[in-house]
Amino acid sequence: MLVIALAVLAGAALLAAWALRNQASYFYVPSEIVASPPEPGRAVRLGGMVEKGSLRTQADGVTLMFVVGDGKARVPVRFSGIAPSLFVEGSGVVAEGKMRADGTFVADNLLAKHDENYVPRELEDMDQHQARQVVSETR
Amino acid sequence: MHRLANPARFLRIARWLTPAFLLSGLVLAGLALGWGLTRVAPDHLMGETVRILFIHVPAAWLGMAGWMTIAGASLAELAWRHPLAGIAARAAAVPGAVFTAICLATGSIWGRPTWGTWWVWDGRLTSMLVLLFLYFGYIALADAAAKQGEGRARVAAIFGLVGAINVPIINRSVVWWNSLHQPPSITMGGSSIDASYLVPLLAATLGSSLIFAGVVLARMRALLADQQAEARLRRKAMAAA
Repeated sequence: MLVIALAVLAGAALLAAWALRNQASYFYVPSEIVASPPEPGRAVRLGGMVEKGSLRTQADGVTLMFVVGDGKARVPVRFSGIAPSLFVEGSGVVAEGKMRADGTFVADNLLAKHDENYVPRELEDMDQHQARQVVSETR
Repeated sequence: MHRLANPARFLRIARWLTPAFLLSGLVLAGLALGWGLTRVAPDHLMGETVRILFIHVPAAWLGMAGWMTIAGASLAELAWRHPLAGIAARAAAVPGAVFTAICLATGSIWGRPTWGTWWVWDGRLTSMLVLLFLYFGYIALADAAAKQGEGRARVAAIFGLVGAINVPIINRSVVWWNSLHQPPSITMGGSSIDASYLVPLLAATLGSSLIFAGVVLARMRALLADQQAEARLRRKAMAAA
């Protein structure tokens, strides 16, 4: 009895998790945005890596332009405001905002996504395999 | 397990094991936290805030381990009617809830300077908050069941087993779903935490676990003493009547 009940419960949990598989993601990655663009004006979150060398500050000093990529697709992003201090090129970011019809993503808010590596400052440049890990981590 | 089924034998062992766990845990966790807060170098990205790691991770681990203790004890209660199982599950609930709350609070404090937000409804954070609410529900249910007498303890045990479904969901949440929380740093394959952080982190985790075990034993002794006092009162009332 107990074993059957436990098996049924575990099955139900797995089904629920499976149903949530696509719904419970906190953000879309660029390849998902490019493959099926959300309708312009709908509030979505975009997450990925800030491409190295893509970050530009506009003449007004508070508007940032950068490209978010996941290795397969790239989405240009515009953001006006104060970015979190961990927001840098080559690092993960989650942008909250809307797609525009021309394919740019206009963000109202930026969240910096930290990776799973914890390294003291002095060792930062020592191992290259971690840099590769960071890139592969956001797919 | 069955050798411990006799409460008198359990109490004899727990009497010296409780202070042994608590003292060794306090010393080890204290040393590890002191080392982590003052000695380790700042992280390459997060800077000084990396030190929250040494409280946040042990608390998260014990929040989940606490519920696995409840689930294991609930299974022993349902399957074998182990006389101490219900007491062990109730004893683990409060410290488990406290560590879960510490994990949520430190995570929130850590999220503000690193992510730029106190709270988001991503998979990891939400499932951890659900765990805290499960603890509250379990504590209320198990205490109410204990007051109503023997037969009701099964209800709390079933709740303890069903709630365990949430633990693997917490663990896998950052793998199954895109989340703001980063993927696991410590996996079966190794660790992406530098050794200078990993050693104090493991020491703090072991120390906190010893504190947790000590608190559980102390609470089990208190709950058993409660039961004995009540039984004695009942006997006296019967004799007087």
